[in-house]
Amino acid sequence: MQGDDVRTMLKDLRNHRLTRRQAAARMGELGLSLVTAWALIDRVTAGPARAAAAVGRGTQGTLKLLYWQAPTILNPHLANGTKDFHAAHVTLESLLHADTAGNLTPVLAAEVPSIANGGVAKDGRSVTYKLKPGVKWADGRPFTSDDVVFTYHYISNKATGATTYGNYDDIVKVEPIDATTVKITFKNPTPFWYRAFVGENGMIVPRHALDPYVGSNSRNAPFNLKAFGTGPYMVDSFRPGDLVTYKINPYYRDPNKPAFSQVQMKGGGDAVSAARAVFETGEYDYAWNLQVEWPVLSHMMGSGRGVLQPEPGGGVECLYLNETDPNKDVDGQRSSLKTKHPFLSDLKVRQALALAVDRQTMATQLYGEAGDPTANLLTTPSKYYSKNTKMAMDLDKANSLLDEAGWKRGPDGVREKNGVKLDVKYVTSVNSLRQKEQQIVKDGWEKLGGRVTLQSVDAGVYFSSSPGNTDTITHFYRDVEMFTDSFDLSPVSYMEQWYSADPAKDIAQKENNWSGQNLVRWQNAEYNKLFDEGVKELDPQKNTQIWIQANDVAVTQVAGIPLINRKSVNARVKNLQTGPNMSAFDDATWNMADWKRVG
Amino acid sequence: MTKYILRRLLTSIPTLILISMAVFAIVALAPGDPLSGLATNPDVPASVRLTILHQMGLDQPLPIRYLKWAESWLLGNWGYSFGSHMAVTRLLLQRLPTDLWVLGSSYLVAVLIAIPIGVISAVRQYSLQDQVATTFAFIGYSLPTFFTGILMIIVFSVKLHWLPFIYNVTVHDPIGVLKQAIMPVAVLALFQSASLTRFVRSSMLDNVALDYVRTARAKGLAQGRVIRRHVLRNSLIPVVTLIALQLPGVFTGAVVTEQIFRVPGIGSLLIASLQNSDTPVLMAIAFVAAILVVLFNLVADVIYGTLDPRIRYG
Amino acid sequence: MASTRSNGVARIGALAAPAALERPRYARTLWGDAWRRFRHHRLAMAGAATFLLLTFGCIVGPFVYRMPINAIDFGHSMSPPSAAHPFGTNDLGQDMLARVLYGGRISIAVGFAAMLTSITLGVLVGAVAGFFGGHVDNLLMRITDMFLSFPGLVLLLLIVYLFHDPITRYLGTQVGTFVLIVSVIGILNWMPTARLVRAGFLAVKEKEFVEAARSLGVGPIGQMARHILPNVLSPVIVAGTLSVAAAILLESTLSFLGYGFPPDVPTWGRLLFDAQNYLDLAPHMALFPGIMICLAILSINYVGDGLRDALDPTRVF
Repeated sequence: MQGDDVRTMLKDLRNHRLTRRQAAARMGELGLSLVTAWALIDRVTAGPARAAAAVGRGTQGTLKLLYWQAPTILNPHLANGTKDFHAAHVTLESLLHADTAGNLTPVLAAEVPSIANGGVAKDGRSVTYKLKPGVKWADGRPFTSDDVVFTYHYISNKATGATTYGNYDDIVKVEPIDATTVKITFKNPTPFWYRAFVGENGMIVPRHALDPYVGSNSRNAPFNLKAFGTGPYMVDSFRPGDLVTYKINPYYRDPNKPAFSQVQMKGGGDAVSAARAVFETGEYDYAWNLQVEWPVLSHMMGSGRGVLQPEPGGGVECLYLNETDPNKDVDGQRSSLKTKHPFLSDLKVRQALALAVDRQTMATQLYGEAGDPTANLLTTPSKYYSKNTKMAMDLDKANSLLDEAGWKRGPDGVREKNGVKLDVKYVTSVNSLRQKEQQIVKDGWEKLGGRVTLQSVDAGVYFSSSPGNTDTITHFYRDVEMFTDSFDLSPVSYMEQWYSADPAKDIAQKENNWSGQNLVRWQNAEYNKLFDEGVKELDPQKNTQIWIQANDVAVTQVAGIPLINRKSVNARVKNLQTGPNMSAFDDATWNMADWKRVG
Repeated sequence: MTKYILRRLLTSIPTLILISMAVFAIVALAPGDPLSGLATNPDVPASVRLTILHQMGLDQPLPIRYLKWAESWLLGNWGYSFGSHMAVTRLLLQRLPTDLWVLGSSYLVAVLIAIPIGVISAVRQYSLQDQVATTFAFIGYSLPTFFTGILMIIVFSVKLHWLPFIYNVTVHDPIGVLKQAIMPVAVLALFQSASLTRFVRSSMLDNVALDYVRTARAKGLAQGRVIRRHVLRNSLIPVVTLIALQLPGVFTGAVVTEQIFRVPGIGSLLIASLQNSDTPVLMAIAFVAAILVVLFNLVADVIYGTLDPRIRYG
Repeated sequence: MASTRSNGVARIGALAAPAALERPRYARTLWGDAWRRFRHHRLAMAGAATFLLLTFGCIVGPFVYRMPINAIDFGHSMSPPSAAHPFGTNDLGQDMLARVLYGGRISIAVGFAAMLTSITLGVLVGAVAGFFGGHVDNLLMRITDMFLSFPGLVLLLLIVYLFHDPITRYLGTQVGTFVLIVSVIGILNWMPTARLVRAGFLAVKEKEFVEAARSLGVGPIGQMARHILPNVLSPVIVAGTLSVAAAILLESTLSFLGYGFPPDVPTWGRLLFDAQNYLDLAPHMALFPGIMICLAILSINYVGDGLRDALDPTRVF
């Protein structure tokens, strides 16, 4: 029966009655693992003739990838941005791969550690990995547990300045048991043992190439510009800010892979023309992160040359509401914890603002397949997605909430109470999509009787960490900010945005150089309690429930207004097969060994 | 002559020092932060961020940073890019050949178009040819390059599929190289030839009115000969000077055109470095550009002196 | 003593005035000649008419055509030109004609303000250097040389990019961006004017009529402003005209690179920038601002061309 179901589904798929993603989701319901499902789908959509055709190593010429941000460094642990991780992942590999739901599959590890197979300790204090035997680096040297241990030392040395550091800071030690076994011990019992050595942040680097470059001279290593690893390709030439070319790693473990003799990763330009190069001119085989307005993208897709790959987990585009007064200067800082926001500290006002945001229009007009409207702050890994929240646009209810709370419309149509006007300064980064979102939000809030001033700050300044610049997201010298914070395999760092057990440390302010993670200055005891439990609870089911509750508290108290559950959108030409390469927690290039052309 | 050149070189040194200070101050005092991309990254705690700043030397006071920069600049070490940690010199040298080829040939095309058109419209001032040429020139520099560039992409790449619009340095076969250069070269040449044409025309007109031309005509020389032997030769002197003055622009690149066609030249490096606050690269580009401007100013003066016997260097 | 004398001159002038009323209709003054020659330059006249029309339209247009520039209407997104929206709408359904008219005000204002900045600076520096000579001249010309050696575009991008946010913080987004763009374009472009003016001053200040003014007791400022400047103004006017066009073009290029005005300030450059992704979907979004930029610059250049011919005192018609 089950086999029958799968078969009908594949037939539907072939006849375009189902999208690939729908099919995958339904196969998932049928209990097929996602990887198997994708393999099946790929075989079907690729057509019967080429389903079984095995391609030999290096038989398919050049694969051309287009990234509108150009890689500048090829060592993933010194990466300046996502594009650098993707460029590194063509050559380097992690122990495990994680998909968007949070499921793990082995890459360099022989199997996924679990309590059942003895890999994960029952007390949550350690995890032991078995490595694949016989794996070699691209220069022929063997890959051993020693390299894993070294990778840890390399990253955890603060002087190295590794940008992946945060995933390794709860580890006490990493030790080799034998050549293919390695044991990781944690400071405290943790349910999130899979943050280290997994996915984008977990790539293992060769000890023999980087041994002299641990610590302060890390940025001088030749390896950074000419990386090689255990993956299918190795760097051939590198022009920072423009182009990386890769050639086959002669020691790659599967003799029939990879399919291409060369890979080129070209960088620079803008997302629209990158989409154009795949969909309209076919100059490139694959384009990354097409943050393009939906009408433009869907128009280009009409050419039928390419296929879009949307994947949830691109973060939640969110409105952050300031709980403190951004216009009052206290002790040399605005938005001081000693102040209260004149109107945003009123729960009814926050609820009204949330009700007046037209997420649906935003999603359909601006995002299309690249994002869904959402009422949740925590959406990824998808197992944490709460079903208890409701998303509604209700101007009448919003208006009556404001009436109830005593906010009356003045002669100019702007609501006020005790001489305070509902005057909102609303800032985000310079980005045409964001500016359009601002317009939609403004539209709704003005119907509510608010006065909205839109501002946009250059992204380089807005997201910068400079304590001297007051235009940054951390200073929060405005009433409302809008940006997307990225997700992690563990929800802890994302949810820290609303945590305030120790306000002096957790909340961004002058006293801690605005380094606190809580930018909205929101404080809630119930939330803090759930957060503390979620960090400790070892039972996976219970743990998930705790985080869902934490999300629900933050949503009902309107600690932020979630707008869009964003997807990262890549595109490939039709005849390129990339397998299940999309994941919120890994780079699209993680499985490049399996990429091949069909037909 | 040698004395003149030497004197000019010496007097340009203080100018260059002042320029370097000004540029350094602008770059260093500006807001923005090379680590801004890491600010929202939960994996990078503040202490690690400070370590990286220290590795880049960004935690030192401004005058010290300037002196250090100046010292190592003189020693030939132009610093390392914050982004890739590649030596800035290597980064620039990687990109220079592309610029020389694309921008150089566009400039050549512009000159080859501008001189004949400019001459014709000067000789037949207010004729139909002149009006057409003038209109063409004006349209040439009234159209922003980004507009013509994108228009060409839509027509020649998207609709007709004739030309690729993404410049790829790994292409080596001559036809491929030519094909990917056509659009950027055409866009730039249209823009540059427009102003050059006007310049050639007015330079010709200045000379046509002069006494020596009347003398030549009075001698009974044919019109064509007067134009070619006398007017053209003299009119081209300021044109050559102008070309020398514009050449440093080839180095700083055509920012917009490089951006549209993804030509990996110095211009696109400049934009990328601006966005990443990559100070060493910015400094290098701005300062090399300043040196070239000063140098080519001198070259222009020397050319002018050599070609025009009326000029004497004191 | 000096004052009585100049009073005397003024009196003579006053006495002569009635006679001037009866002067022949075709009395030839420098400016009169120039205007006559300019009038005969057909393309220049067409250019002047076009540009005046554009400017007038942009100033008055928004009062007559009262469509809001920022009203979003996704129902009419990217609709082609129609009776309701003569220039069509953009991707947000905002009326393009209203935006083009409003944007024109800013683009043209940027052009003129930048021109005035650079001309004022240039005339000041050039006049002082040329009039006083000596050390003052030396110093000012060295500064001019230094500014000429700045790699213009690189510096322009640097300053605009790096200081955009601090300035907009103090002056607000619109005013701040305007001030920044205008002053940077002005500050990086005054040098040619300064040189022109200086050269003119050097040539004119020793002429007899200046000598005469000086001996009549006219002070340095009076000499510069009343007697020398008008005689060296023609090349400055031409340069100024052309720099309006250059500034409009530069503003649009900056907007294209994303360093110009914010999206809710629809300058022509910004409109083109916003339209570039929709060229094949909704070409009218790019067409109208593109035509406007082209028309404005084209007409200004023709005017400049005509002025060059008209103000050339060596020409006789």
